[in-house]
Amino acid sequence: MTDLTLRQTSNWQDRVAAGVMWLMASLVMAVFFWLITSIVRHGLPALSWEFLTAAPSNQGRSGGIGPILVSTLLILIVCMAVSLPIGLGSAILLAEFTPESQWYGRLVRLSLDVLAGIPSIVFGLFGTVFFCQVLGMGYSILAGGLTLACMVLPILIRTSEMGLSSVPQEYRAAAASLGISKTSSLIHLLLPAAIPGLLAGFILGLGRAIAETAALLFTSGYVDRMPESLLDSGRSLTVHIFDLAMNISGGNQNAYGSALVLLIFLLIINGSASWIANRWLHRRIIRT
Amino acid sequence: MSRYSKDWFLVWSLRICAFVAGAITLLVAVFIVGESLPALRHVGVSRFFTDPSWHPDEFAAQGTFNLVPMLAGTLIIMTGSVLLATPFGIAAAVFCHYYAPPFIARIYRRILELLAGIPSVVFGFWGLVVLVPIINQIQPPGQSVLAATLILALMILPTIALMADAALANVPVDFQRAAASLGLTHWATIRGVILPAARSGLFTGVILQSGRAIGETLAVLMVAGNIPKIPSSFFEPARTLTANIALEMAYALGDHRSALFVTGFLLLLIIIALVAAAEWISKGRIYD
Repeated sequence: MTDLTLRQTSNWQDRVAAGVMWLMASLVMAVFFWLITSIVRHGLPALSWEFLTAAPSNQGRSGGIGPILVSTLLILIVCMAVSLPIGLGSAILLAEFTPESQWYGRLVRLSLDVLAGIPSIVFGLFGTVFFCQVLGMGYSILAGGLTLACMVLPILIRTSEMGLSSVPQEYRAAAASLGISKTSSLIHLLLPAAIPGLLAGFILGLGRAIAETAALLFTSGYVDRMPESLLDSGRSLTVHIFDLAMNISGGNQNAYGSALVLLIFLLIINGSASWIANRWLHRRIIRT
Repeated sequence: MSRYSKDWFLVWSLRICAFVAGAITLLVAVFIVGESLPALRHVGVSRFFTDPSWHPDEFAAQGTFNLVPMLAGTLIIMTGSVLLATPFGIAAAVFCHYYAPPFIARIYRRILELLAGIPSVVFGFWGLVVLVPIINQIQPPGQSVLAATLILALMILPTIALMADAALANVPVDFQRAAASLGLTHWATIRGVILPAARSGLFTGVILQSGRAIGETLAVLMVAGNIPKIPSSFFEPARTLTANIALEMAYALGDHRSALFVTGFLLLLIIIALVAAAEWISKGRIYD
C-alpha cells in the first residue's frame, strides 16, 4: 500500500467510512433482530406448561413436546457421559504431558483438526453404519448420543486444553519441587484450578450437541413416543422442528413453540459458557 | 516414559483416551470409504460425473448417478454466502474495534457470540416461513438458490465476525500508534495498516466458515428446493451434496445407498482440502 495515497485520504472519506461501518453493523443486528422477534412473537403463544409436558398428538400438530424433551435430554446425557472422560483425558495428555513436538500429540491434534471440520451429515452416515448396524444398536437414543459424542470431542478437547493452559506455570513448578507425583498434582492442584475452563468446554460441547440435527436424522430416529430405554428410538427437539416444518402441513405453530424452547435453552447454555470464559479465563471462545 | 515412572497408570489411561479421540477420524474415514466402495465399483468413478442425470437405483445398471448438479449447487451456494457474509462480518468486527464506543462494542460482541450458537434448523425454519414467501412474491417458487444463499450467509456471519474480531485484536497496538504519528486518518489506518496486517487471520476465518457452509445440511435443505439440476438463475431451486444425503438416506438401498456414501466421501475430500488450506494460511506461509 503506498503511503502517499493513504495520506491523501481526506476528512470526508473518513466520515463516509465511519457512516458505512455503523450502517453495516446495524444492518447485521437488524436482520438478527427480525429473526429472533419473529420466532418469539409466534412461539410465545404456544408456550405453556401443558406444551412442555404433554405428548405430541396428530403427528405433532397439536399436543406438546414432553417425550421429545425427555429424548433430547437422554441423547445429551449419553453424549456428554461418553465424550467428557475421553475429552478430558485427551486434553490433559495434550496440555500436560505431550510436548508440542512429540509425534503422538501432533498426530492426535491433526486428527482432531480434521474431525472438527467433518460435516455433521457425514457423522450421521458414519453413525448409521458403525453404531446402528455394526454395533447393532439400531435407530436408538444410544446410537444418536454416541454419534454426537464423536462430534463434540474436538470442541471439548480444545476448550479444556485452553482451561488447563491458563493455570499458571508456577503451580506445576511448585508441585514438582515438592516432589509430588504428576497424578496427585493433577488431581489436587491443576484440575481444581482449571475448573472454569473445563466447565466452559463442557457447556460449549453441550450447546453444540443440543443444536445438532443432521447427525441425528438417521441415528436416533423420528419416533416421538416417550422412550422406555436407551435402545428406543427418540426424536430430538431439533429433529421435531425439522419434521414439523418440512413434512407436516399445519405444524408451524408447534414448530415455532419448539424453536423458541430450543433458543431459550441455547441462550442459557451459551450465555453461561461465554460468561464463564469472560469472567475467569479472560478470553473469548469462538466456535468454528 | 522414565520421567513419569510414578505415574504410569495415569499416563497410559490418558494415552488411551487420546488414542480413542484420534482414532475416530480414522474410523469415520474407513467406514465412509468402505460403504462407498460398492457404488464406486459397480457404477465407476466416471459415471458420477458423466451420467445424464441423478436417478439412482438399487442396481447400478438401472440408475443414473450424476453428482455434478449437487456439486455445482454446493459450490454456488457456498460461494454466494461467503461473498455476502465476509464484508458484513469484517465490517462488524472493524465496527467493534475502531468505531463503537466501548460499552456498545462489548454488548455487540456478546450478542454475536449468542447468535453464533443459533441452531441451523432454526435458521432453516425461519427461512422457510419468512424468507421463502417473500422471494416467492418476487419470483416463484421461492425455495431457491437465493434463499439458501441468504440463510447460509446469515448463519456463518456471526462466526466470521468473531474470528475477524480475534484477528484484529492480534494486530499490535504499535502499528496504530505509528500510523497516527504519520498523520493518517482513522479510515486510512484501518484500510492501509490494520486490515493488511490482520489478513492471514481474516482469511483463515473465512476459509473455515466456507467449510461450515459446505457442510451445512438442514438450513439449506429447508429453503433450497432440492431439485437435482444445475440452476440457471438465483431464483431456481438447487440441491446440495449434504441435502442429497439427508433427503434420500431414509429409503435408499443397495447401490443407491452406497452412492449416498460416495456423496459423503466427496464432501469429506472437499473439507480436508479446505482444512489444509486454512492450516497453510494460518501459518502465514502463503505470504512468504
